[in-house]
Amino acid sequence: MTELVIFSLLNGLVTGLLLFMLSSGLTLIFSMMGVLNFAHASFYMLGAYFAYTISSYIGFWPGLIVAPLLVGLAGALVERYGLRHVHRHGHVAELIFTFGLAFLIEEIVQFFWGRATKDYSEPELLHFPLFTLYGQNFPAYKAFMILISIGIFIGLFTVLSRSRIGLIIQAAITHPHTVSNLGHNVPLVFMGVFGVGSALAGLAGVIAGPALGTFPGMAFVLGSIVFVVIVVGGLGSLPGAFVASLLIGWLQTFAIALDWSVNDLLDILGVSFDADHVLRDLWTLSLPQVAPILPYILLILILIFRPTGLMGKRET
Amino acid sequence: MSASETTTARVVAPDTEPAWKRVADDQMRRGAFTRTLPMWVGAFALLMVMPLLFPSAVGVTIMNQMGISIVFALSYNMLLGQGGMLSFGHAVYFGLGGFLSVHVMNYVEYDGWWLPLPLLPFLGGLFGLAFAIPIAGFSTRRAGTVFAMISLGVGELVAACSIIFVAFFGGEEGVSGDRTMGPPVFGSEFLSEVEVYYLTAVIVLISALFMYLFSRTPAGRMANAVRDNEERAEFVGYSQRYVRFVSFCAAGFFAGVAGGLFAINYEILTEENLNLVTSGWVLLMAFIGGVGFFIGPIVGAILLTLLQTVLSNHTELWQLYVGILFVLTVMYAPRGLTGLVMMHGPALRAGRLGMLAVPYAIAVVPLLALLAGTALLLEMGHTANQSVVGESEAHVFGLTLDVTTALPWVVAAVLAVGGGYGLYRIAQYLRDAFAQATGPAGGHQ
Amino acid sequence: MSVTRRAAVAATLGLALAMSAGAQAADSIKIAFIDPLSGPFATTGESGLRSFEFAADVLVNHKGGVLGGRMFEIVPLDNKISPKESLIQLKRAISDGIQYIVQGNSSGVANALTDAVEKHNKRNPDQRMLFLNYSAVDPALTNEKCNFWHFRFDANADIKMDALTDAIAEDQGIKKVYIIGQDYSFGKAVAAAAVDMLAEKRPDIEIVGNELHPIGKVKDFTPYATKIKSSGAQAVITGNWGADMVGLGKAIIEAGVDAPIYTYYGAHDGITATFGELGEGIIRSIREGTLNPPTPEFKALNDAFKAKYPDNDINQPRIFNTIAMLAMAIEKAGTTDPVKVAYALEGMEYDTIMGGKVWMRPSDHQAIQDVHISVHTNKDIVVDADNSGYGLKDEKTVTMAGKDSPTSCEMTRPDA
Repeated sequence: MTELVIFSLLNGLVTGLLLFMLSSGLTLIFSMMGVLNFAHASFYMLGAYFAYTISSYIGFWPGLIVAPLLVGLAGALVERYGLRHVHRHGHVAELIFTFGLAFLIEEIVQFFWGRATKDYSEPELLHFPLFTLYGQNFPAYKAFMILISIGIFIGLFTVLSRSRIGLIIQAAITHPHTVSNLGHNVPLVFMGVFGVGSALAGLAGVIAGPALGTFPGMAFVLGSIVFVVIVVGGLGSLPGAFVASLLIGWLQTFAIALDWSVNDLLDILGVSFDADHVLRDLWTLSLPQVAPILPYILLILILIFRPTGLMGKRET
Repeated sequence: MSASETTTARVVAPDTEPAWKRVADDQMRRGAFTRTLPMWVGAFALLMVMPLLFPSAVGVTIMNQMGISIVFALSYNMLLGQGGMLSFGHAVYFGLGGFLSVHVMNYVEYDGWWLPLPLLPFLGGLFGLAFAIPIAGFSTRRAGTVFAMISLGVGELVAACSIIFVAFFGGEEGVSGDRTMGPPVFGSEFLSEVEVYYLTAVIVLISALFMYLFSRTPAGRMANAVRDNEERAEFVGYSQRYVRFVSFCAAGFFAGVAGGLFAINYEILTEENLNLVTSGWVLLMAFIGGVGFFIGPIVGAILLTLLQTVLSNHTELWQLYVGILFVLTVMYAPRGLTGLVMMHGPALRAGRLGMLAVPYAIAVVPLLALLAGTALLLEMGHTANQSVVGESEAHVFGLTLDVTTALPWVVAAVLAVGGGYGLYRIAQYLRDAFAQATGPAGGHQ
Repeated sequence: MSVTRRAAVAATLGLALAMSAGAQAADSIKIAFIDPLSGPFATTGESGLRSFEFAADVLVNHKGGVLGGRMFEIVPLDNKISPKESLIQLKRAISDGIQYIVQGNSSGVANALTDAVEKHNKRNPDQRMLFLNYSAVDPALTNEKCNFWHFRFDANADIKMDALTDAIAEDQGIKKVYIIGQDYSFGKAVAAAAVDMLAEKRPDIEIVGNELHPIGKVKDFTPYATKIKSSGAQAVITGNWGADMVGLGKAIIEAGVDAPIYTYYGAHDGITATFGELGEGIIRSIREGTLNPPTPEFKALNDAFKAKYPDNDINQPRIFNTIAMLAMAIEKAGTTDPVKVAYALEGMEYDTIMGGKVWMRPSDHQAIQDVHISVHTNKDIVVDADNSGYGLKDEKTVTMAGKDSPTSCEMTRPDA
């Protein structure tokens, strides 16, 4: 049991931090522009594919730097020539646009890279078990993922709270018109933020690609979870996104690790039902089975009972 | 710009919309049932003769699929077009209505229930409604982003449940039934596709008519008002929440009817009928067709069904084309394909539509070049990228092109770039011509 | 690819011009291939299509066709792995006068098709058709859901599990088994069969985990691997396929679980290449048709196939059996009439190219054949997978597996 708990904590931390890399960019974008970017996970996928192609020519490490930059550039272009165009039609139109973009990017990825899973793997340097506990390996690459994510969190936090540009961004989040009146080029800041947010997603893709697989469906399996994270954490709140990322990471990992089922509960209550009862599927429901949908239950509950999210200040 | 704006769901902001849109809307609003009666009769006549024009089994099947999509897309438009509610989970009500219908079909077959088949879709509709009411209870408090997020969550939940709860959803293989086991209706047991077609056509027409009438009721009109400006609508004395609640429930009902039609046509319901892909697909249909017009989703449903069933047999890239079409629509024609046609209304009434004939004839040339060039490039790229080694022939528009030679690439590139540049060059000329044709009488003459 | 498209265009053109389609049908025998050719599962569908086209050419057309010169023509119809689209494509095949359809990917689609074909044949007795299922292994299709028009050429999940549990039962070192699969009918059928059969063959084996995970939704399999590792499992059984197979396999091996992983679909279509040396000696597949060591005939067939499609493998030998047996049945019946051909198929015996026999059991239309347990390795591999140097080598063979297995099938037979 101890090993299960330790490894679940570690695995949940890896998943949670990965979610944070995605949700931090999405939160930044939402705070500044009011846009919930449906295509955010698609930029994550682009990051993985770019890095795959780069790594097949010049290795993993250059890809770690170059791929996020390319994704950031792509994000900035999307903002400049796509989103800004749609902006005047309101936020619902923007949401529809990013939804269409997510659909389109998946098709484009299939056009260029095909449909099969790509053999994008971690560098040889990190291809060893960092430590073995109770006979179970913890890969060094996972530790590397944790390090990078924490580095990003610290970096982002420092930039936002210490630097001049961070101050402008913070100000633009709350008072965009005032910032504009002060002579700052708000559209340029928007483009920059969208680009940086996309680059963060791209970086997440670069490091997650080898661990979670690089295939055209990778954006889809992650896409809506990232939404859940930022809504649960509170829209526009970076600390909220951080807490919610870890929460959901651990929620999913522990739900898989713990074999609790409705049956156990019924046993405790001393109730039993026929095996062919109409609701038989409900009685046999187990926690690992429902693990992937727990975040959505959390989402709905949060939206109903605490629309500001865990740490958000404003309603969604 | 600020986040507070997210609460106002504006597919098209009323203050910025062009004059032609207002006119088109007024046109729609003035028309009650009696005014549009000739159109309904015409639609009925058209539906009746269609099977004579396309008698093959696959033709009838595709038309049935269109009918289902039309009801489904129209119901979606009650949310997005009329109520400003962007839903990512509308397939839930479609699927649930369908699943219930199949179960009822089985009760008819095995438990001796008496139910004429034409009533089945409405039973499905009631089930969709029953499920929509509690969801509407908490999700319609706000429109915009919050609503969209809740719909996404509900959609994911129900789709996941459909695999877990095998007793109702039948797991991966779904639930199948047999439509022919009920009492005969007008001597028909619905053995053949054509009989099913006529049943579908009649129900599509009835559903469309009721959805149209709903959009004319005070509640339906208030939904428009709430979509455009919540606060002002409240001043009139309507609770925006109540209006959204009613629209949502009605949309759930008609989605359920569409699900019932699906059950009759395919006699099987599976998980795919209520998952997110189906939910996304109905958004595409409604939006590409045009959410601002009653007829928009109908156009979208017909077009996308054709793309899905016919284009997909010609190219593996069909989804890429759909994606491009959708993104272009969102960016350049937010009122959909119907909007593109409807914006010519003022010119038509002013009798100046003819003025656009020459500019459009000129524009068609570079437009076609651009489309053909792009399609050629994409198809050849696809072949070059993913084809079997040793096979280098792309087949586009009935042509066979060898992608290892330069010529087809050069021709395609010239077509695409030339067409694009040509369109860019004449864009201002087109805009001027359009403004002249649709502008106030006497201006720019 | 272009072959696909050409044929698809031909199919649609033929549809529009019903007259010419009618004329064509007279000289060629059309077989509708209804499987995914676009979307996430297109790779599997295309791989199957290439095998079918190749098999039709090599086994029938190059030998002068059947019934004195009538060729086989494979008509690819994309079903996007959706039951709804499959039924639309079935209608397309009916419009085109096609009498034989083949399908294999997804038991859900197979269920929808077998049901629709049965209804169609009942409602349109003059226009009947046969459904040749080459891959969908849900046991129900030849048990409670069986019908006269459906024939299955792959061994069903229960037959495979029988062979698999035999292998586990023989290994006295295995005391703890972990079962994990996708949460849907096939995953559940695999788990149920494994539990029952192990309990019967080796009551001392403890099932230390019996787990279902959501299909296609798991981002990271590490938590499952952690659980498997801490359970102390000495063998893992899974029915996973596609990305779920790769993700699960990689996570288990990386967590340091040193136990054989018995799979249904743990090879080919990119999976073998992805496992590479990681899976050496660990991943085992239960399948029909011997790939290594190959018979000389199969080696020659494979070389010819690779010359034409270097990026694909013959990974579904049953496709060749399907085409060969259909051709034999048509010759034997002397007509393409589906009822007569179906009766000719019943009880037919065929010596396969890969070695071993196939017998189409009349009672449930389940093909009975040799089933092999093969291991993922790069030693003694003549016919490799994904051009990776790794491939499947037979470790154990069960001859005519499931020959006497019970079936609950009660089909109604039409008058011949």
